[in-house]
Amino acid sequence: MESILDKIQLPGSHPAAGIIHYTLHLADNALVIAHRNSEWCGHGPILEQDIALANIALDLVGQARNFYQYAAALIAENNLSSITITEDDFAYLRAADEFKNFLLTEQSNGHWGTTILRQFLFSTYQYFLYRQLQHCSNEHLAAIAQKALKEVTYHVRWSSEWVIRLGDGTAESHQKMQDALNELWPFTDELLTGGLASAANISLDDTLIKTEWTEKITSVIADATLHLPTSRQYVYGGTEGKHTPHLTAMLKDMQYLQRTYPGVEW
Amino acid sequence: MQQAEPEIIFDDKIEQEIKIEPKDWMPEKYRQTLIRQISQHAHSEIVGMLPEGNWITRAPSLRRKAILLAKVQDEAGHGLYLYSAAETLGIGREEMYDQLHTGKAKYSSIFNYPTLTWADIGAIGWLVDGAAIMNQVPLCRASYGPYARAMVRICKEESFHQRQGFEILLTLGKGSKEQRDMAQDAINRWWWPSIMMFGPPDDSSPHTIQNTKWKIKRFTNDELRQRFVDICAEQVKVLGLELPDNDLKWNEERGHYDFGEINWDEFWEVVKGNGPCNKERLETRQKAWDNGAWVREAASAFAEKRNGL
Ligand SMILES: [Fe+2]
Ligand SMILES: [Fe+2]
Repeated sequence: MESILDKIQLPGSHPAAGIIHYTLHLADNALVIAHRNSEWCGHGPILEQDIALANIALDLVGQARNFYQYAAALIAENNLSSITITEDDFAYLRAADEFKNFLLTEQSNGHWGTTILRQFLFSTYQYFLYRQLQHCSNEHLAAIAQKALKEVTYHVRWSSEWVIRLGDGTAESHQKMQDALNELWPFTDELLTGGLASAANISLDDTLIKTEWTEKITSVIADATLHLPTSRQYVYGGTEGKHTPHLTAMLKDMQYLQRTYPGVEW
Repeated sequence: MQQAEPEIIFDDKIEQEIKIEPKDWMPEKYRQTLIRQISQHAHSEIVGMLPEGNWITRAPSLRRKAILLAKVQDEAGHGLYLYSAAETLGIGREEMYDQLHTGKAKYSSIFNYPTLTWADIGAIGWLVDGAAIMNQVPLCRASYGPYARAMVRICKEESFHQRQGFEILLTLGKGSKEQRDMAQDAINRWWWPSIMMFGPPDDSSPHTIQNTKWKIKRFTNDELRQRFVDICAEQVKVLGLELPDNDLKWNEERGHYDFGEINWDEFWEVVKGNGPCNKERLETRQKAWDNGAWVREAASAFAEKRNGL
């Protein structure tokens, strides 16, 4: 399958490589989870919440676009491609193993509770990340993070309220949420291992993110009368392009038109 | 015969274009007509999310994806405004859903057609939202206050819906041969169902006279349809595409476009439930509702528990 990366000359040693990869990682996280949420549109359990989740998806598509546009600008500034690279090239013309999103974001929707919990685990991470990123040395990333922080604050509030409501709702909803938590837990440590930021010369206090995230998750999960899994069996690989089959299936759907009719305007 | 006092007040308000509000006395038939019309309209918004929602995950650019998501989400919002307006007439949302799921309540037949290609998203925006606007703008002056106010909010958002559809078709029209064919094919399939959205011709429209008297309806089906045809016949030229009607011709004398005969048999078949997607649409709604039952139960159990604290 053709990849846009074949048209970009970006050796790992290039001074801009780190920041481009990190920006794409931030973009991919936002896009992939946004896409997952958008799959719910029209199928939610309560009209108001269908709207709320679509709103979150919209915010995240917006964030993804900002990051992709910045990555495209970096390619242009550094003369890394003979053609003009756009936000859409990154989203539509890369293969699954070229995506750098966390595995958590690509997991399939499951039931409504799984989706809510996935959002809560991710948004909480994104919140503490953006809080630092808004003050980082790269003014473009800082500006995007600062703008997005208000949205993410709402995402955390909405998803945590629903985790609590469903966790402490009926016996059935409690069980469903506990199962979802056990299922998603192996993907959480990947959020907290950082990695890509330092290669981009973005200095973040990873330990602080981990502490803040753990504190928030622990308190909401307790309020939801759920139990944090004790398993330390974690899965990693998303940031290196080692994905679960969920992403391949998702991209097949998402990239269908661009792949079928290459090189035209939409 | 002498009219009873509240009825005189009601008639007088209608006459003077004063809005009827939920607490006002109203004839039972007026209330029932409104419940039927508003809930049907709400259901149309919700079922209408499905054919387009079908393409959100496959939208061909991030910009289109964001626009389509926002558009479909708007339709959910419209459903919400309208359900709320119907609730002021004394019917609950659950009951309305139930009427939808059991087939007792109808929704706009247009949503029983499939969305086969990306160009359908353009055609729906341009034609289906376009026809909806034509129908809805006069409803902003409907005599029932909550309905009229819901329609004002809805109409504000609808023009963006039509524009984005037109823009999709415009882009496709300027694109490759495959894209142009895709756009033309979508228009061919959506044109006739769209002009059927105005309802049966005036001479066989059972509700028109009473609804006009009550100022729920301001123009007849045929008047609105003609207006729509006139606009589209011009706009399609900008697209460089065609409407699938050999009889479409400007009539100097009438000052309107003449157009071909509408196949009302098809219309009634789809209304009766024999359209290409009737079953699928209802099943999808029913499934979403059933799958969400545990969420709604949990939410009310939680509210009870925590409010008791
Ligand atoms: Fe609408
Ligand atoms: Fe619309």
